Amino acid sequence: MNVLEYYAKHLGAVFPSLLRGAVLTIQVTALSEMFGIIIGMFAGLGKLSKNKIIKGFCGAYVDLIRGTPLLVQVFLIYFGLPNLVLQITGNRFPIDPFVAAVWACSINSGAYVAEIFRSGIQSIEKGQMEAARSLGMNKIQAMRYIILPQAFRRIIPPLGNEFIALMKDTSILSAIGLEELVRKGQLYTSSTFASFPVYTGVMLIYLVMTMTVSRFVTYMERRLKVIDRS
Amino acid sequence: MIVVKNLYKDFGNLKVLKGVNTFIKEQEVVVVIGPSGSGKSTFLRCLNLLEEPTSGEIIIDGVNLLDKNTDINKVRQGLGMVFQRFNLFPHMTALENISIAPMKVKGLSREEAEKIARDLLAKVDLRDKEDYLPDQLSGGQQQRVAIARALAMQPKIMLFDEPTSALDPEMVGEVLAVMKNLAKEGMTMVVVTHEMGFAKEVGDRVLFMDEGVIVEEGSPEELFNNPKHPRTKSFLSKIL
Repeated sequence: MNVLEYYAKHLGAVFPSLLRGAVLTIQVTALSEMFGIIIGMFAGLGKLSKNKIIKGFCGAYVDLIRGTPLLVQVFLIYFGLPNLVLQITGNRFPIDPFVAAVWACSINSGAYVAEIFRSGIQSIEKGQMEAARSLGMNKIQAMRYIILPQAFRRIIPPLGNEFIALMKDTSILSAIGLEELVRKGQLYTSSTFASFPVYTGVMLIYLVMTMTVSRFVTYMERRLKVIDRS
Repeated sequence: MIVVKNLYKDFGNLKVLKGVNTFIKEQEVVVVIGPSGSGKSTFLRCLNLLEEPTSGEIIIDGVNLLDKNTDINKVRQGLGMVFQRFNLFPHMTALENISIAPMKVKGLSREEAEKIARDLLAKVDLRDKEDYLPDQLSGGQQQRVAIARALAMQPKIMLFDEPTSALDPEMVGEVLAVMKNLAKEGMTMVVVTHEMGFAKEVGDRVLFMDEGVIVEEGSPEELFNNPKHPRTKSFLSKIL
């Protein structure tokens, strides 16, 4: 059997399984990014808060998450949390790998998104807040109707980058046995040793997914610009 | 209507207002002039607490602004503010810029708020621009929308912070015309400006500020034709 045949045979055999893994990768990424944006918006606003406790708490969260590896965060939630609960309550507390994955990735992504929001909000000129307040809006109304809608448009490109980064980072989840894209590849190679076809296939699928996201971001960016101008 | 007593404002070590005292009557048009850095904009911005005074008293319609129990958002609804750089909301059309505060702050329905907004756009002569975004309007048009936006809250007092300073010369007139009409309708106005023509024509009283205090005040005729203080004389000789 020549190399090409070997390659085609294994890639063909593993591909359906890889696609199923990719679906899981997309699910974890999309859910985590959604929660990450919610967490990140509040944490970003919190970092801008005048309340020192809120500000300190949000700052510590961002520092802790950005200063430690995602793999360790995933382990802490998947293995560490059940261990802690067992020690405290004496009850077993198994966590589903998918749930642990979404928790870990949401909390992780939230920290990066917080910084994106903070800088996005700070990039809106001071006069906007002043104009809103001068009309009698309170701080929350001014944020909601005036500052955040403008900040959102500006942070779409960095949010897109964060989405792509998170999508690639979910490959780490193979370490807790979540059968996402990489794990599916590993499972196939462990019985066939066909590493080269499998991992090039894995790469190709990641590339298609990230390119799709980045195209979509560019499209959104252009569309919002059109709205801004038309 | 507005009473200001011993108003001080520091920015760190920089003392910008050093004891401003004045009062402004209902329907009065007060023009504040003075060299840059004299504290005139800071004074104006203190009147709706965009700047927090370091000490002193500001009483508007009997409400002490610096009292901790005063709801400043409520007070600000009665004070319209027009900025040098317009500060329109760039993501909203002219109509939305004007109707957002009546809807969200006063709780009016969209129909009610848009009716107010359309009437105001007509008043500032921009009836056909309601769907335009700020970017698509000239500076003079933007400033007129900004005036309409402030008026939409039906304020009793309008504050103008150098409203024509960022405009191309040919657009100054259209903004001043809107302001003159407002004055004619009896709006109480405090206007920081370099437009001496406007001060003379519309102003009931002119305050000359320098180095954080009101150096001299009087009717436009008195102040422009017969300034008493040497600093007023020197300032007027440079600009007239």
